[in-house]
Amino acid sequence: MNISLNITKTFTELLSGFLPESTANIGAMVIIALIYLAIFSVAGLFLVLIERKVAAWFQLRLGPNRVGPWGLLQTMADALKLVSKELTGTVKADKFLYNLAPYFVIVSSLMALSVFPFTQNFQAFDINIGLFFLIAISSIGVIGILLGGWASNNKFALIGAMRSGVQTISYEISVGLSLLTMVLITGSLQLSEIVEVQKNGWLIVQGHIPAIFAFMIYMIAGTAETNRAPFDMVEAESELGAGFHTEYSGMKFAYFFLAEFINMFIIAAIAATVFFGGWLSPFGITDSIPWLGVFWFLAKTMTLVFLMMWFRWTFPRLRVDQLLTLEWKYLLPLNLLNIILMALIVWLNLTIQF
Amino acid sequence: MERYIFYILALIIIVFAIASVTSKKMLRSVIYLLFTLCGIAGIYFLIDYNFLAAIQLTVYAGGIIVLIIFSVVLIHHIEMELEVAKKSKQILVGLACLVGLAVFLTTIYSHPFNVVENSVTTTTEDIGFGLLSYETGGFILPFEVISILLLASMIGAIVIAKGGKTNFGNKAKDNSNLKN
Repeated sequence: MNISLNITKTFTELLSGFLPESTANIGAMVIIALIYLAIFSVAGLFLVLIERKVAAWFQLRLGPNRVGPWGLLQTMADALKLVSKELTGTVKADKFLYNLAPYFVIVSSLMALSVFPFTQNFQAFDINIGLFFLIAISSIGVIGILLGGWASNNKFALIGAMRSGVQTISYEISVGLSLLTMVLITGSLQLSEIVEVQKNGWLIVQGHIPAIFAFMIYMIAGTAETNRAPFDMVEAESELGAGFHTEYSGMKFAYFFLAEFINMFIIAAIAATVFFGGWLSPFGITDSIPWLGVFWFLAKTMTLVFLMMWFRWTFPRLRVDQLLTLEWKYLLPLNLLNIILMALIVWLNLTIQF
Repeated sequence: MERYIFYILALIIIVFAIASVTSKKMLRSVIYLLFTLCGIAGIYFLIDYNFLAAIQLTVYAGGIIVLIIFSVVLIHHIEMELEVAKKSKQILVGLACLVGLAVFLTTIYSHPFNVVENSVTTTTEDIGFGLLSYETGGFILPFEVISILLLASMIGAIVIAKGGKTNFGNKAKDNSNLKN
């Protein structure tokens, strides 16, 4: 069985059979964009369902179980309901910015999705600065949250947005530095090359002690960057209503909601690619069947997503000062020391290679 | 195809730059500025200088714009609008801009540009070697100077943010003296 997943090449070749070259290029771009949009929405809805099921499991409930077999269609029904809802807004809101805000959040997470190698050839945009591009894009999403909070003309929304800004800006440093620690081993920022390096063992094994530290710091900072519990100061229900999206309704609210879940997927996917070998199978057991890479990639990502959900339903929420203390007094110095340790290990050739 | 993308990006940059200076609402003009900066990042992507494009996105879009938004959000109410300047000032600024544009355009049109045929993708590795090389064409000195500058500004920011208790008391006294 041989499934070609080299999507850009396949579609360009297919279309250039009966179209002039430039039209074929544009056509291929449109088709790939549509494929990624489909992945985006399906993955988002699926993750919402998983979150609810996991929450139910942790709280000894059943979770959604009425719509479709085992409640599988519940989130589809929710999405339909949200589409049909009225879009309300506050009277004195800045309408332009209010409507623009959800698109910032959703476009930045959609752009981040495009650089992941789902398997060897299933990658839309293999840019040579892949990892750095991901960090750059993720810093734009916060603008959407700040705008949404301010343009709603609502105090709770504004406070939520300010908290989110502080939190995202601080924890971005830890995310960047912990990924930089791993770049010391790979020597490249390109995601396909990072996976290629890991054919001699996953990076978390190659880099042993500092790599495990980097992974722990990355998961903590990543959870904080996506504004999820225990770091969900942004939408702390008991204090702020619903935080920055208090005034949003219907599909505009759903955009924020979907983007949050896709961001969680992105954080987990970066971790799976950088620390756990991306689409590589463990011990190379399915190397002869390349398209199974998608399965391994998704399996690793979903395991990490489950880890993040586990955090959410286990830990109590932090206070704002605790949140900032954790980042600036503990994670950041630890991270800088960790980079030095990793540099020493790479310099003295102490990495474990199979 | 690349030519069309260039024209679209140029149009985006110019339109949003004008919108940014003419908008009466402060946060809106910040967002127009963001679109201008993203358009410039797009041009870097177009010439395959990916690293600079990502730097543009992180530093300008992700860093500076977020800081500006923060300061605007903290001090600015949603119903406030900026005042329109006096006619005489408007004309003066317009003239100054025209002079600047004239100097800029004459420089560009009088300079003989070499059209380079090849398209080289600059990798991060090249940039790293360039930054840390001390041979001719290396940038080690500016690199070190900038790091010292950044360190100094960081220490300065910490000192200002922390303040001294005695200093604060003196300042309060000074202010009260001034009031009296």
